[in-house]
Amino acid sequence: MNEKIIEVKELKKHFKTKSGMLHAVDGVNFFINRGETLGLVGESGCGKSTTGRVLLRLIQANSGEVLFHNENILEYSKPDMKKMRKNMQIVFQDPYSCLNPRLTVSEIIAEPLIINKVYKTKDELETRIDELIGRVGLSERLKTSYPHELDGGRRQRVGIARALALNPEFLVLDEPVSALDVCIQAQILNLLKDLQKELGLTYLFIAHNLSVVKHISDRIAVMYLGQIIELTDYKSIFKDPLHPYTQALLSAIPIPKLGVQKERLILRGDVPSPINPAEGCRFAGRCDYSKQNCFEETPKLIESEPGRWVACHYVRQLEQN
Amino acid sequence: MNTVKQKKNKKKSIWLDVWRRLRKNKMAVGGLVIIILLFLTAIFADWIAPYSYESQDLLNMFQTPSFEHWFGTDEFGRDIFSRIVYGSRISLEVGFIAVGISLIIGGSIGAIAGYYGGRLENLLMRCMDVLLAIPEILLAIAIVAALGPSIANLMIAVGISSIPGYARLVRASVMSIREQEFIEAARAAGSSDFRIIVKHILPNCMAPIIVQATIGVAIAILTAAGLSFIGLGIQPPTPEWGSMLSGGRSYIRDYPHMTLFPGIAMMVTILALNLLGDGLRDALDPKLKN
Repeated sequence: MNEKIIEVKELKKHFKTKSGMLHAVDGVNFFINRGETLGLVGESGCGKSTTGRVLLRLIQANSGEVLFHNENILEYSKPDMKKMRKNMQIVFQDPYSCLNPRLTVSEIIAEPLIINKVYKTKDELETRIDELIGRVGLSERLKTSYPHELDGGRRQRVGIARALALNPEFLVLDEPVSALDVCIQAQILNLLKDLQKELGLTYLFIAHNLSVVKHISDRIAVMYLGQIIELTDYKSIFKDPLHPYTQALLSAIPIPKLGVQKERLILRGDVPSPINPAEGCRFAGRCDYSKQNCFEETPKLIESEPGRWVACHYVRQLEQN
Repeated sequence: MNTVKQKKNKKKSIWLDVWRRLRKNKMAVGGLVIIILLFLTAIFADWIAPYSYESQDLLNMFQTPSFEHWFGTDEFGRDIFSRIVYGSRISLEVGFIAVGISLIIGGSIGAIAGYYGGRLENLLMRCMDVLLAIPEILLAIAIVAALGPSIANLMIAVGISSIPGYARLVRASVMSIREQEFIEAARAAGSSDFRIIVKHILPNCMAPIIVQATIGVAIAILTAAGLSFIGLGIQPPTPEWGSMLSGGRSYIRDYPHMTLFPGIAMMVTILALNLLGDGLRDALDPKLKN
C-alpha cells in the first residue's frame, strides 16, 4: 500500500542572477506514496513552483535526485525522458496562458497523444479525446471551440484533460485553482479528487491557500525559502504545528465566525532574500525562539515523531528567550 | 469521417474570422482590391498592354496623353501605359520575392535566437546588429554593386538588407510567447523543440510578421525602384517604375507626364500595401474579437 511512487533527495536548483546565486530550491527532501496527495504550501517566491517543475525536468536541477519508481530520472537520456514524461504530467496555474490560443480544445487535448504517437488511426484518437472531454466534465460541443471562448473553469478542465491524455501516474498540480473564483475552485477540486479515486493518481498539489490544501491533501509540506521546514499529515499540522513558521502561518488563517478573535503571531521583519542566503536556519532571523546555534547550523528535516518531519533544532522545547 | 470534416471547417474559420474583421475596414479592403488588380495586371500584361514595352516609335516621341497613348510616350516613342503595365510584373516580383528571402532567413534567425537564448542568441543578434548598423539602402547598393546589376541580384540585395528587421521582430515575438505556460505544457508532453517552434510559437506570432511583411513589400518595391533609379537595378529596355522615373527625370520640365505616371503607379501600390498592412494588423489581433 505504502509504495513510494516518487522520492526527492537533496534537490537543489540555483539560478544565476546579477547579484549572486538565487537559491530557489535548496536541498529539498520528500516522498509521495501511490495514490496520495502531498500539498506543498509556502508564500510566493519560496520555490514551490520551481520544485514542481524541477521534478518534471522542465527546469534542470543543479544537484540531487528525483527517484520515480526508484529510478533517478534526472540522469535519464533525452529519449528515455520522453518515454518517462507519459507517466508524469502537470496542470498549470494560469488557465489563460496554459492553452495555445490558436488550437481548438480537441487539438489541445490531442497534442500529447500525437507527439507520443499513442494511436495509429484518427478514429482511435477521436474516441480517446471524447472520453477525456467527458471525464473532465466538458460538454462535447466545446470540442471545436477555441480557448478564448471558454471561461476559466472550463479552460482549467481542458488543461486537466490534456494532462490526463497520456494516462500518467503522477500529476504536479501547480496552483490549479488559485486563478479561479471560489465556486469554480470547489468544482475543480472535487473533479481532481474524483479523478484521483477513479484513476489512482498521485498528486503533488502546490498552493498558497491553506484551506484549499487542507481540503485535498493527505500530507502537507510547508516550504520556506527553498527548504521544506515541516511535513506532516493534514490533520496534525492544523491542530498542532511544530515549526514556529508553521505556527505563524496557520495563525494567519481567518476564522469565518462573527466575534471570534484569533491571536495572531506576527513575524518580525521580511522574508530574507533567497540570493546567497546565510548559513544556519533560514527562519532564524525572524524566529522568536532562535538561539545561537540556529544561526550557525542548518537544521535537517528529521522525523521527530512518527510521520511528522520538522526542520528545527528545538522541536517541542520552544521557549521564548 | 464526419468529425474530420468538421475539424477542417473549423480550421478555416480562424482565417474566416480574420476576413470578417478585415472586411469592415473599408480602407484595407480598398488596398486589397488594388493589390489584386495589380496582380491581375501583372499576370495578364500581354493582353492588357496595347503596345509592346520595347517597340520604339521615333515619330511619336514625347507624346502627351491621348486616346492612342493613354499615358503618352517617352523619349523613344514607347507607350508609357504599356511600360507601366509590364513594369508591375517586375515590381511585384521584386517586392514579394525580396520579402520572402528576408522573411525566411531573418525569421529563422530570429526564431532560433528567441527560442534558445543565451550565447547563441547573442552571437546571432550581434551579427544582425552589424547588418543593422549599415543603412539598408547603402547595404543594398553595396550588394548589387558587388554582384552586378540584374533582377535576381536586385532581389537578393533588397532581401538581405532587410533581414535584421525581421530577425529582431520574430525574436521579440518568440521571446514573449516562449514564456507562456502552454509551451511548458508542450515540453512536459515530450514535444521536440522544432515542433514547439513551428506548431506553438510561430502561429502565435503570425500577426506582427504578416503586418511587417505587407509593409515590407512596399519598402522593398521602393528600394528596388531607388536602385533602378541610380542605374543599379533593372537594365533597359526592361520596364521598371524606378528606372522609368529616372529616365524621365531629364525631361521633367517639358514632359512631366513621363515621371508622373510611373510615380503615381508606385504611389498607389505602396499606399495600397500600407493600407492592407494596417488593416491586417487590426484584423489579426486575437484580442479584438468581432
